[in-house]
Amino acid sequence: MDILKEISEKLQLGDDEKVSVFTKQAIEEKIPPKEILDKGLIQGMDIIGAKYKVHEIFLPEVLLAAKAMHAGMAILKPMFIKEGIPSIGKVVMGTVQGDLHDIGKNLVGIMLKGAGFEVIDLGNNVSPLKFIETAKKENADVIGMSALLTTTMPVMKRVLDLLKEEDLCDRIKTIIGGAPVSEEYAKEIGADAYGYDSANAVEAVKKLVRNEK
Amino acid sequence: MEWRDCLKNPDNALTTEEENIVREIIEIRVNDVKPDRNEVLKNQCIPPDIEPSKKTEILFKRAMDLFLETSHPKGIVSEISIPEFEVVYSGEGLNEKKTPLDEIFRKADNLALFVLTIGNIVSQKIDELFKVNEFALGSMLDSVASAGIDKAADSIENLFFNLLSKRGKISPSAGILRYSPGYCGWHMSGQKKLFEFLNPEDINITLLSSYLMKPLKSISGVIVVGEKEIHNFRDSYPFCSQCKTHFCRDRIRSLFRESKHTNKKGGI
Repeated sequence: MDILKEISEKLQLGDDEKVSVFTKQAIEEKIPPKEILDKGLIQGMDIIGAKYKVHEIFLPEVLLAAKAMHAGMAILKPMFIKEGIPSIGKVVMGTVQGDLHDIGKNLVGIMLKGAGFEVIDLGNNVSPLKFIETAKKENADVIGMSALLTTTMPVMKRVLDLLKEEDLCDRIKTIIGGAPVSEEYAKEIGADAYGYDSANAVEAVKKLVRNEK
Repeated sequence: MEWRDCLKNPDNALTTEEENIVREIIEIRVNDVKPDRNEVLKNQCIPPDIEPSKKTEILFKRAMDLFLETSHPKGIVSEISIPEFEVVYSGEGLNEKKTPLDEIFRKADNLALFVLTIGNIVSQKIDELFKVNEFALGSMLDSVASAGIDKAADSIENLFFNLLSKRGKISPSAGILRYSPGYCGWHMSGQKKLFEFLNPEDINITLLSSYLMKPLKSISGVIVVGEKEIHNFRDSYPFCSQCKTHFCRDRIRSLFRESKHTNKKGGI
């Protein structure tokens, strides 16, 4: 079987060890790293994402596949850095100040990495200034913010206000999510997108970096 | 004396302590809060009519073992009068104008405030698992822990119900449900007064300025006992349109469906 197809299939099975082995083998066979990523790892994650969307598989299978994706990426990443190959986009994300809930944000980060994005995860309890400064320093395309409390949702607006003040809204797009957050709230505070779950958030971020509505 | 101790023999006569329980710290055995598999799978967004994969079953078993190793459930419960609760409920004055609880608690026969935690070790374990790319196990443990804390709250409700039964204060048509700040119009800031009343710092639960409890896997609220009908409300309050879950429907339905107060859905 084609080695890239092997990588994709093992990834879909959540077999991180085999993904590592086949990724190394593909490198030895002189397949360009970008091709291993696109036609092996990302292709596998795309299938996982599509199956998840139609409830053919569920969260545990997605996360096992994501672990396999990470195993492959750990081998490829140093080569990308060496060859100066950019990711499809850079996302700075975190749970907003005052909130310690990590899980939802972590899941979105894992899925974004699975889709080929570079993710800078600032963790939880992240101040508005930290979001902005990191996004500027890292030249990020998108800021992703998560809140699980109604009392911390206003922090999202503060980040957007700061972006406006610094005239960065065109350069850095924003997406928000979390249990109390809604599409209406995203519109109200001027966020560029709202992700109601991790799969939806990834689709929304893809559109943001492609400048689609 | 703990509620658990005084409720071991429900047929015995009441002791003075049982007649006058004001505030009690309760240690709960972790096996008593072992969550149901279906509740955990629901938290993983796996529908009840779907047979989970073998890998999911293995993850569930591993997560449950970790939960039993790392959880230390304990809580504080205290009976509270309606006028006292009115002060707690009004909190920082940020509640919605009209809420279901505002109407419910005034018609209650008995009220008890509670706060519970399963400790911080389980949250640390979840973080560790994510850091070493064990996402599926970390996420499953989070789901087990969330279902576990709900189960702990159920057990506190049961204790309160049993205590009231022992006192002969429960009518056959009584229903028991719990309500928490942050839901159904009771503003999160209600936590502040609730904490002033219960002093959960005694069991190492603290409140952040955002009114979030630490450890994360903690739950607080009021247990309301009264005629089942008082819990019955329509989800037509202005804030109901923002609600993504409408869990209240299941809770109310389960209250009327079951002959006993137990085995109903978690709190709101």
